[in-house]
Amino acid sequence: MTAVLGVSNLRKAFGGVVAVDDVSFEVRPGEILGIIGPNGSGKSTLFNCVLGQLQPSAGEVRIDGQVTTGARPCDLNRLGVSRTFQLLQVFPQLSVRDNLILAGQEHQGTMVSRLFGRTDAGLGDAAAQMIEFFRLSHLSKEQAGSLSYGQQKLLDAAMAFMAGPRLVLLDEPAGGVNLTMLGHLRERLQAYHTERKATFVVIEHQMEFVMALCTRVLVLAEGRLIAEGAPDEIRRNPIVIEAYLGH
Amino acid sequence: MASFIQLLVSGLATGAIYALIAVGFTLLWQTSQTINFAQGEFVMLPAFFVLAAMNAGAPFWLACLIGIALSIVILGVLFKLIIVDPMLKYGVLPLVISTIALSLFLKESAKDFYSSQAQPFPTLVPATDIHIFDAVISTQSLAVLAVAILTVVALNILLTRTRLGRQMQATAQNPTLARILGIPVQRMVLYTFLLNAVLVAIASILVSPIYLAKFTNGETLGMAAFIAAIIGGFNQVRGAILGGLILGVLDNLSAAYISSQYRGAFPLIILIAVILLRPQGLLGRVEERTV
Amino acid sequence: MTRLGTAVVVVAAVAAIVAPFFLKPYGIFLISTWAVLTIAAIGLNLTLGYAGQISLAQGAFVGIGAYTVALLTPVGVPFVLAFLAAGLLCFAVGWGLGYPALRVQHHYLAFVTLAFTTLVFLVLRNEQWLTNGIYGITGTPRPTILGWSTNAARDFYFFCLGILTLLSLATWWMLRSPWGRAFVALRENPLRALSLGLDTRRYTLMAFAIGSSLGGLSGALYAPLVQFIEPNSFALGLSFNLLLMVIVGGAGNFFGPFIGALVAVLLPEWLRITQGYYLILYAAAIMVMMAFCPSGLLGLAERVIKSLNGRRAGATTTVRAEGAGS
Repeated sequence: MTAVLGVSNLRKAFGGVVAVDDVSFEVRPGEILGIIGPNGSGKSTLFNCVLGQLQPSAGEVRIDGQVTTGARPCDLNRLGVSRTFQLLQVFPQLSVRDNLILAGQEHQGTMVSRLFGRTDAGLGDAAAQMIEFFRLSHLSKEQAGSLSYGQQKLLDAAMAFMAGPRLVLLDEPAGGVNLTMLGHLRERLQAYHTERKATFVVIEHQMEFVMALCTRVLVLAEGRLIAEGAPDEIRRNPIVIEAYLGH
Repeated sequence: MASFIQLLVSGLATGAIYALIAVGFTLLWQTSQTINFAQGEFVMLPAFFVLAAMNAGAPFWLACLIGIALSIVILGVLFKLIIVDPMLKYGVLPLVISTIALSLFLKESAKDFYSSQAQPFPTLVPATDIHIFDAVISTQSLAVLAVAILTVVALNILLTRTRLGRQMQATAQNPTLARILGIPVQRMVLYTFLLNAVLVAIASILVSPIYLAKFTNGETLGMAAFIAAIIGGFNQVRGAILGGLILGVLDNLSAAYISSQYRGAFPLIILIAVILLRPQGLLGRVEERTV
Repeated sequence: MTRLGTAVVVVAAVAAIVAPFFLKPYGIFLISTWAVLTIAAIGLNLTLGYAGQISLAQGAFVGIGAYTVALLTPVGVPFVLAFLAAGLLCFAVGWGLGYPALRVQHHYLAFVTLAFTTLVFLVLRNEQWLTNGIYGITGTPRPTILGWSTNAARDFYFFCLGILTLLSLATWWMLRSPWGRAFVALRENPLRALSLGLDTRRYTLMAFAIGSSLGGLSGALYAPLVQFIEPNSFALGLSFNLLLMVIVGGAGNFFGPFIGALVAVLLPEWLRITQGYYLILYAAAIMVMMAFCPSGLLGLAERVIKSLNGRRAGATTTVRAEGAGS
């Protein structure tokens, strides 16, 4: 079975500093892969290389077997790859509903057809469904900037899911979210995963979140892949413990 | 051949001046994301400081020092504190627009508070000609070249051989990392502004004998700075120097061989060509899309 | 739009229709200039306020439009065709300029448009066989539309006002479509927009090309308005002026250009008392405005209204926040 995402010998150096060093892995369809590692281990850089935000110094990225190294983020998105951001990135001046319509509108038709089509690009219902799925219905018309942090995190995830992606990369989705909201977020992510049979890759710091959500875990340290396996194995792996404590 | 050498030398002289202006411009961009649209007017103004000082009785050499000092205070410190710092929190766009307004402000100020007429400006050395291999080269060109080269060399030594200079470079390349390494970033940024003020003042003193001190000088000089910086590669100081020299030489050669009506068009066409064919400039690196 | 906003717009529209009956010919000329320049400002607002790019060539596009009409109408081309030609030509040139310039990260478009303005000026000045050089072109005729002659000052004003209304409605319609949402995303967070599949480069280019074509259409009206055009009118000064108009009015605000153009047209009249220092004051005012209120006059008005409303609605918002979940 072709891997949804394949990374081979990926390397990214900024001048003399090597942020990602010869990392290779594959993501199987339907799995929830977690990537953990101490601060500065290169997790975000890895994401950015996969998603076209940065140009890798060496190596290859393949989506469904197709080489996509260095492709622009908007082109990747149209291939069915989506992401959430570590630092919140919603559009504060647009309403929640508009944020979601925006997230899906570039997948409908062409630029010209969008000019002459409906104001909501035919996504009014889809947006409403997504709002309900994430239990944000009472906030539909609110400006995204006025939502609480946790609610914006939910919106962020909702936007990533709007275009029905097959592969979603989540960058520290639990960061800064309080416990109640965290449980809600994790539960919604799992629900989406089950319903749509999507594949997730999650970067996260919070161990509990990762262990509860992920089916397989990769560990990065200093830009290199140092361990891989089921969550329980990883938790007990001495190399991993060393990497975290050693910092 | 003789005329070619003449053109080359005077072109290098003009190019060296462009290089000074372009370097300051590039440094400002690197360290503080400031696109200084008023850079041309920054070069236009110090000449008026010098003239004003001379009108008040100072000898030329003293007036130049006063001009440089005033430049440091007004175009360095005041510029940073009053215009750049308050604006930075709003992003790059408002700052660019402010510098556009500033260029208008400085230009009109020079016109209204000094004179709208072109003012003669004293040369560094008495204007005579030297004959080298049949070519007639003015001592002025050589003097300009000498001073400009000295300044560039001094700048290079400052940036690469001194601790201060290396700190400034680090701040320019990666402010976050520099801060982590304990470099006083804000002070380094201030020094860059001061350095720019010195560079534009020197450029002003070198260029005004040729162009005469005129309030409209900023337009052509500013454009030259931008083009030089882009040719060389927006994020490289060495690129700015190279871009300035190339621009100066090409500009001078084109003046001789292209119709005078379209003389001003040549640098603009170079700019468009560079943007079309090699947007990162000759020495620039292809920029990353940053997260 | 809020009820207050709608009321203001209605009052302003009525004022615009009624004004020429109370003004002397010079006054009518001023408001006609306002109407024509607002069109160019609306275009520049698209480029700057919505797509976030600085264009210093809007004046040049006005010039291209003006010369297109000034050259075509005297040889028998109907005004409507010349008008459309001006717009299409500027759209094409804008696309051609923007395509390479927008491939790069920095504000390269600013420099390219700066160079372009100078180039256009040089061509207009030097190619005397076509443009009559520095002597300019006089007597561009005012059109007759369906039997209605616009030659008289008041009639031409209504003609310009009509075109302004049409183009404003078209722009409003465009901004209500998904494109409008895309432009907001482009301006607020281009990175996020990219990751959602939005081709930021394409939308920016489109905004710049449409903005430039509006400049051309404005020029098409400018020529018959002033009936004497020469290269100096369209040099960097006009581009600066238009830029400042958009900023002062409020970049990214739909009504910003209307206000900005009004200020720009009336200011020289008001500041006549300052005896020509008005440019310095204008520039200084811009710098102050950028430091305290970069969103222009309309942004300032919005803030004032919001703070007035905020004091009243303070209680309601707290209640809503608590009910919205943890």
